[in-house]
Amino acid sequence: MRDNVYTTLIFMLAPLSLASIGGATGIYAPLQHETVEVLAWITPREFIDLFAISRLTPGPSSMLAPLIAWKVIGLSGAIVAMIALYLPSSLLCYFTARVWNQHRGKPWHRACEAGLVPVAAGLVFSGVLALLRIAGSGPLTWATLVVTAALLTWRPKLHPFPFLGAGAVLFLLVNWFQLS
Amino acid sequence: MDGQEPEPQNPELMKQPVSLFALFRVFFEIGLLSFGGGLVSWIHREIVNKRGWMSNEEFLAGMSLSQVLPGINSTNTSIFVGQHLRGSVGAAVCLMSMLLGPFLAILLAGVTYKWLIGVSGFPALVEGVGAVAMGLLMRIGIQAAQSVKISWAPALATLATFIGIGIMQWPMLAVVAVVAPISVLLAWPKDKADA
Repeated sequence: MRDNVYTTLIFMLAPLSLASIGGATGIYAPLQHETVEVLAWITPREFIDLFAISRLTPGPSSMLAPLIAWKVIGLSGAIVAMIALYLPSSLLCYFTARVWNQHRGKPWHRACEAGLVPVAAGLVFSGVLALLRIAGSGPLTWATLVVTAALLTWRPKLHPFPFLGAGAVLFLLVNWFQLS
Repeated sequence: MDGQEPEPQNPELMKQPVSLFALFRVFFEIGLLSFGGGLVSWIHREIVNKRGWMSNEEFLAGMSLSQVLPGINSTNTSIFVGQHLRGSVGAAVCLMSMLLGPFLAILLAGVTYKWLIGVSGFPALVEGVGAVAMGLLMRIGIQAAQSVKISWAPALATLATFIGIGIMQWPMLAVVAVVAPISVLLAWPKDKADA
């Protein structure tokens, strides 16, 4: 019967991966619904904790799904979750990329690239706004966001890592002063 | 002068294939360091700004397609970059090396999360890192907006995309399906149309 856990996982995550157009923010709600309400693998509290953890760990935020699988099933579950979550959409993307790159250099292709750049800018700004909606957006968050973007636009060679460290320390300090 | 690390002075030298090991190293590092998410901004920084392996236009066009396609933006973008630079093997290397670090990180987090959650100030830490990651992402949007010729067509395309998806929260596919073809038509080389 143990095999059923894996098939459940695959049938839950593969469609989720293919349905998540435009960022991982779309997979949180269905993932919570399935793992907490339908399957009762974890409690609502555990989901919130694991969600917070997945936001701190490096990498795509969709790693929340393998994290839940790791907690509930173990290492094999985490590996199966990775494959179910990333393989189907990756194959589709690979074939699209191949076709796209086969036509590189043709005039229509160059026009497509040029036309997609401003769309990319709009998509990125929308992505930031979507993140602000789920992450909460106090004045400190806004200030950090704007200062980071401005400094890196001014000095593109700066490495992002010190910024992440400074952001963490800043928020910890503010949090500490508010508590005391 | 001779032999060691020739500066890529002519475009042909720039076209030398990127080694798979270099791809592995760059994407492994991106996966491991990109705390708070927003991996697309890290990929752009390493591939376009730092190494010049792809032009800004090539990258951003691939990134737009990655966002419109089903799947996670960052993994899709890594596949576009890998496919562009080294074909199928390159795509596989980029995707897997980018996910390796985060996978190990969640294995570690899965064991220690009860302890981590208990650390006072943990939510503040998450918020601070997240705010910076959003700033990193924002910067790529600014660079993309800066890179297009200053004229009304691209500005309008950016604005329409942002208002439709960001503010109105209309379905992304629908907005892009309307805005992208118009934007591409307006970007069509003029001499072709005249000929």
